[in-house]
Amino acid sequence: MQKTNGHSVLEMCHIGKSFPGVKALDDVSIDVLPGEIHALLGENGAGKSTLIKVLGGVYSADSGQILIDGIEVKVENPVEATKIGIAIIHQELNLIPALSVADNVLLGNHPLSKIGFIDDQELTKRTQQTLDMLGLHISPKELVSHLSPAVCQLVLISQAISRNPRFLVMDEPTSALGDEDIKCLFDVIRRLTKQGLAVIYISHKLDEIFDLSDRVTVLRDGKNVATVETKKTNRNELINFMVGRKLTDMYPKTKIKISEPILEVKDFTAGGASDPVSFKVHGGEILGVFGLLGSGRTRLFNALFGVIKGEGSVVIEGKAVKIDSPTDAMKAGLGLLPLERKKEGLVQTLSVTDNLLLSHYPHYIRAGFMQDRLMRKSAEKWIKSLQIRCTGANQITRTLSGGNQQKAVLGRLLEVNAKVLILNSPTRGIDVGAKVEIYKLMEEICAQGKAVIFITSELPELLGISDRILVMADGRFTGEFKRDQATQELIMRAAVGEEIFACES
Amino acid sequence: MTIKQEAARDKKNLLTTLTTILKGSYGSNLTLLITLILMIVYFSLVAENFFQLDNMMNIARAVAITGVVAVGETIVLISGGIDLSITSVMAAAGMTAALTIRAGAPFVVGILVALLTGALIGVINGLIVTKIHINPFITTLGMAQIIRGFAYIISARYSSTLTVPVEGFSELGRGRLLGIIPYPVIVLIVVFIIAHFFLTKTLAGRYVYSIGGNPMACRYAGIDVDKWRLLFFAICSMMAGFGGYMLTSLVGSAIGNAALGNEMNVIAAVILGGASLAGGEGNIIGTFLGVFLLGTLTNGLIQLNVPSEWQMVAAGAVLMIALFIDSWRSGGYK
Repeated sequence: MQKTNGHSVLEMCHIGKSFPGVKALDDVSIDVLPGEIHALLGENGAGKSTLIKVLGGVYSADSGQILIDGIEVKVENPVEATKIGIAIIHQELNLIPALSVADNVLLGNHPLSKIGFIDDQELTKRTQQTLDMLGLHISPKELVSHLSPAVCQLVLISQAISRNPRFLVMDEPTSALGDEDIKCLFDVIRRLTKQGLAVIYISHKLDEIFDLSDRVTVLRDGKNVATVETKKTNRNELINFMVGRKLTDMYPKTKIKISEPILEVKDFTAGGASDPVSFKVHGGEILGVFGLLGSGRTRLFNALFGVIKGEGSVVIEGKAVKIDSPTDAMKAGLGLLPLERKKEGLVQTLSVTDNLLLSHYPHYIRAGFMQDRLMRKSAEKWIKSLQIRCTGANQITRTLSGGNQQKAVLGRLLEVNAKVLILNSPTRGIDVGAKVEIYKLMEEICAQGKAVIFITSELPELLGISDRILVMADGRFTGEFKRDQATQELIMRAAVGEEIFACES
Repeated sequence: MTIKQEAARDKKNLLTTLTTILKGSYGSNLTLLITLILMIVYFSLVAENFFQLDNMMNIARAVAITGVVAVGETIVLISGGIDLSITSVMAAAGMTAALTIRAGAPFVVGILVALLTGALIGVINGLIVTKIHINPFITTLGMAQIIRGFAYIISARYSSTLTVPVEGFSELGRGRLLGIIPYPVIVLIVVFIIAHFFLTKTLAGRYVYSIGGNPMACRYAGIDVDKWRLLFFAICSMMAGFGGYMLTSLVGSAIGNAALGNEMNVIAAVILGGASLAGGEGNIIGTFLGVFLLGTLTNGLIQLNVPSEWQMVAAGAVLMIALFIDSWRSGGYK
């Protein structure tokens, strides 16, 4: 059935993979020619990483096959993947900080001397060879813990290359790199492909894809949308493939009356070191907060919520409040959806009910005992109104899809009736459909007269759903825009440090 | 629908139900219960004195004190901690209680003193873990040494054995209700029932699971995590203090090396019962079964005249087999 042109060295055919509650991959196929750079494009949650994990033996596919040189192979685990020449560089920096560059590059392949000790000279020599081949100026003896994230990324690439792979998969390798490093990395990739290496390059940065790739395959919601030659396509076409719907459908913006300020923050510093900042947010308003990595947004709002130390005046509904801990913050009417859903938001070992009601347990005590029936009733109400897809209120949240997990954490803030909801990247890593549902929820929250502070690093959703936008850089606000004043360009200019205050509130 | 189809459907339903039970949160308990029953059947067949009321009571009495202490350890383990100082606390609490009662106080006051001794040490453990941020393993390992040291220092003043020559003191440890059921067994059952309700029905119990599952998320959810963890350490040590009192009552005296090295047996029983070392998972019924499984094994092997060295080997092997079954049941070690 699969059309093979006889040249493909690696093919993944009709791959299907489901997780409880979500079909991550649905009949996805991709093939790579020798010496080709094949880009894999798609939004967060489109299924790129899942596909790669199937290739790398981290997940096993429910259906479909993997062919190498036209012959079917079974990739049961990562070790086997390495054996058949597949090297994958994952997004996470999976290095051992306490060891040297050489130890990391040849991890699992340490050269041994005749009597079985590690041959340090050979180790250094072979690492140096790999580094030289890639044109990198890193000392093999340097400890990884002393390296910057960008250099770590290069060490990871060296590690992959040292295993002489036939196929190299890179999952957003440039997210931590500066322009110079990216250029260097691309030169390395091009050089390697000239020697016959086949590359699958995952990214959602269109510039990189046009710069580097020969063909592009676009995934959306776990399905193949298109495979095209890079030369024969353009940005707009790729974006249409990726998003698959008009932006107006994505962002269900409705007219909501914006009332008095609910939260007023004045001369507030996070952790003592940064500049003091002041801002207000009104009832019925979605205040978008944008900033690049390291701009200090998470820090500022964590301090406001009492997770870390903060200093300054905070007034909620006209009353000055003192916040030293998240407990204080919640009492004062704040709610925070943390940045890292799994690490900071969810108790994965507990049920949907428990996660929804975690902040509100004391509310369900009668005569000293927790009332399970009351709790379940309450949880079922939230499951219905938030449309959390689960097998029941008792399902363990570990097995829910990302979007439904996020809704459970969001539901917790609604359960305690928070007046100001700080949502830190609520749509990160969840599929497109769930994103739209989260936007709708934000609108509904505002319609009840509450306020939403929406922290995000994705411009389209920032512009699509915010009533007002604040931009942060270096721990302070560098820009403020009303909904109709904001453009991608203005926001980016403010995000890199230029002061642009289009509106005064 | 034909009868045949119906039967096939029923069979399928039964299978699904069984799988659900096995994979459910009490699934490991079922594995344990089956193992325990098989073990009892085996020993009954090969050792003639094994399956008799008297011997069954012996098993129960032998595990009673371990069981009471294991309850506290279960709470701390599920909450994501560990307490290695329990047996030192037993020695120290036994000693403070013995001193109190020797001075003429009623037994109830002695019990209160034992509980207080435990609670105090638990609070110190908890403070070190939550305020100075030293991990519980190291904290309680150090505390175990310190407390054991004090126990030796005190007992040295009484030529190493602090006897309690008071009429009726040993009744709790050695007596039997109606001459049949040993008092420690009754205590054990009461403690287990209370602990089960504590973990499943109270706010503190919910927080044991929540904090053990993800302390960071609990903090973001507005829960005063430090306060609760402190409480869990205090409860654990308090239970150890009570265990120490029971041991002293059983022996009739407090000694410096009381229960020395037994903390690993307690932890083994709790882990066997399905509590996760990573926190967030476990339950009291599991601990109950874990404690009885190890106790039955030891008793059975004694009945078969297996040397004590080989008893240790067997106990270790059972623990590993149980963990193996459990990891296979829940989808394998990752």
